[in-house]
Amino acid sequence: VQGCQSDDHRITSRMEIEILHARTGKQLICLDHVDNYSTVLDLKKWIHKEFPKYHPVRQSLRLEPKGRSLSDEETVHSLELKPSGRKLYLRDLGPQIGWRTVFLVEYSGPIAAYMLFYLRPAFIYGVTKAKMEPVVHIACACWMFHYVKRLLETLFVHRFSHGTMPIRNLFKNCSYYWGFAAFVAYYINHPLYTRPMYDHLLEYPALAGFVINELGNLSIHLALMDLRPPGTKKRSIPYPTGNPFTALFSLVSCPNYTYEVGSWICFTIMTQCFPALLFTVAGFYQMAVWAAGKHRNYLREFSNYPKSRKPIVPFLF
Amino acid sequence: SLKRNIMAAGGKDGPKSPSRPRAGPGPLARSWLVLYNIVLTAGWIAVTYVSLLHVMNNSTPPTVYSGIYDSAEVVLKVFQSLAVLEIVHAALGIVPSNVLLTSFQVFSRVFLVWGVLHPFKEAQTNLGVSLCLGAWSITEIIRYSFYTFALLNMKPYVLQWCRYTFFIVLYPIGVTGELLAIYCALAPAAEQKPFTLELPNPYNYSFYYHYFLVVIMLSYIPIFPQLFFHMVHQRRKIIGGGAKQAKKD
Repeated sequence: VQGCQSDDHRITSRMEIEILHARTGKQLICLDHVDNYSTVLDLKKWIHKEFPKYHPVRQSLRLEPKGRSLSDEETVHSLELKPSGRKLYLRDLGPQIGWRTVFLVEYSGPIAAYMLFYLRPAFIYGVTKAKMEPVVHIACACWMFHYVKRLLETLFVHRFSHGTMPIRNLFKNCSYYWGFAAFVAYYINHPLYTRPMYDHLLEYPALAGFVINELGNLSIHLALMDLRPPGTKKRSIPYPTGNPFTALFSLVSCPNYTYEVGSWICFTIMTQCFPALLFTVAGFYQMAVWAAGKHRNYLREFSNYPKSRKPIVPFLF
Repeated sequence: SLKRNIMAAGGKDGPKSPSRPRAGPGPLARSWLVLYNIVLTAGWIAVTYVSLLHVMNNSTPPTVYSGIYDSAEVVLKVFQSLAVLEIVHAALGIVPSNVLLTSFQVFSRVFLVWGVLHPFKEAQTNLGVSLCLGAWSITEIIRYSFYTFALLNMKPYVLQWCRYTFFIVLYPIGVTGELLAIYCALAPAAEQKPFTLELPNPYNYSFYYHYFLVVIMLSYIPIFPQLFFHMVHQRRKIIGGGAKQAKKD
């Protein structure tokens, strides 16, 4: 480039970009020596150098104070900033924590909490000689299986679109998981627990249903993992694979949530425990909200997205 | 109406733009709301009246306060229960209030009347009831009469000022009364176990009304300051700099 008479001054010229605080509009810093090949991530790193508090993952840079967050890979050139007003707005997302960390902490709680109640400590239940029904042992096994499976999936299967989430979410999520775990475990492991009506005529089919739904959920997670090449953030439309459990993709956008709700419905029937029902309903509500969001994103991103699919419940919603 | 037809046809003021904020209740809803607010203003005046009557006829403690619930019981129950309609109004959108917030406020009052005062004599005869009745009556008379005027497109500044000033004293008094009443209900609730489900049962769930009341009392700690300072904030917003505008009204 040196000594070259470039017609296109945009490529070689250095420019200044003003970084303003999204909430107050005040200037934080003026980045000079920015060129068209600099990425948004580069800008974030420079800002971080000046302000150690603003780690890149907690920065959201946008063209307007309330605009869309610019993705790290976008180049300054693609932003098409006019020479008269090269400014970007910075919004602090707050302290962040990695998704993996959050999941590991969230899921360890229910395992520890359920185990605590399963051991029927005297300081909770008083001294008791009541025997444990077979279904209580089975319920414990199911619960443990579910959360150990989640931990393993977090470590080996899931690929995350975002690296982090706000740290405030950790407290909110842990309260939900740990709180419900204690609530459900307290009653199932109680000395005065009552078996479901019709005993094993209900317990065993419900157990079978639970296992089927867990396998279904796992199949979907594995299929989604294969859909996204490692290290990328590529998104594509999921379709049924050789695994019969993945057939549910033809009917819903988020069959993993469908199977998850199925698992908990079976768990509730198996234990006939009202707190388990509440847990199932709460989980269904949250997953329905997430499924609706994901469904909307799929429709927006892919014009050829199958119209017959529903977010979470086949044929209905 | 003729005026609406002209508007729709793009007459003097032009067609209504789709992005206009909600236009407010239609004429039928408006009439209903005026009726509702007048009735409730009258109702809470009635509550005040029977309470004062009782106080005048029994000026010595403890009957001055321990019998006040007996006198006011019926009017209180009728008019506090009618407040449930306000949730419906919010849900239908004929008033600008938030459904969740309204539900929460109405529920807490209705719970106090039917879940604390109604079942427990110990709560009925406590001083707390008088504090509640006093605080609630004054607040509600001001609130419902203010709404009545507002619906008739009059917004008397006096009422607005009272509404956003009296709460500073009435709110803490009311809350004190409520907490005292609930506290008095704790012992009989533990003993009589109303609304309580014990193990074993087919639902594998238990609910102890006594502990529930304790949780309610504890919930005042985070909730009351938030609600109080929300009103303080509203006061600053509405009458903080409003003295000049009031002259215009």
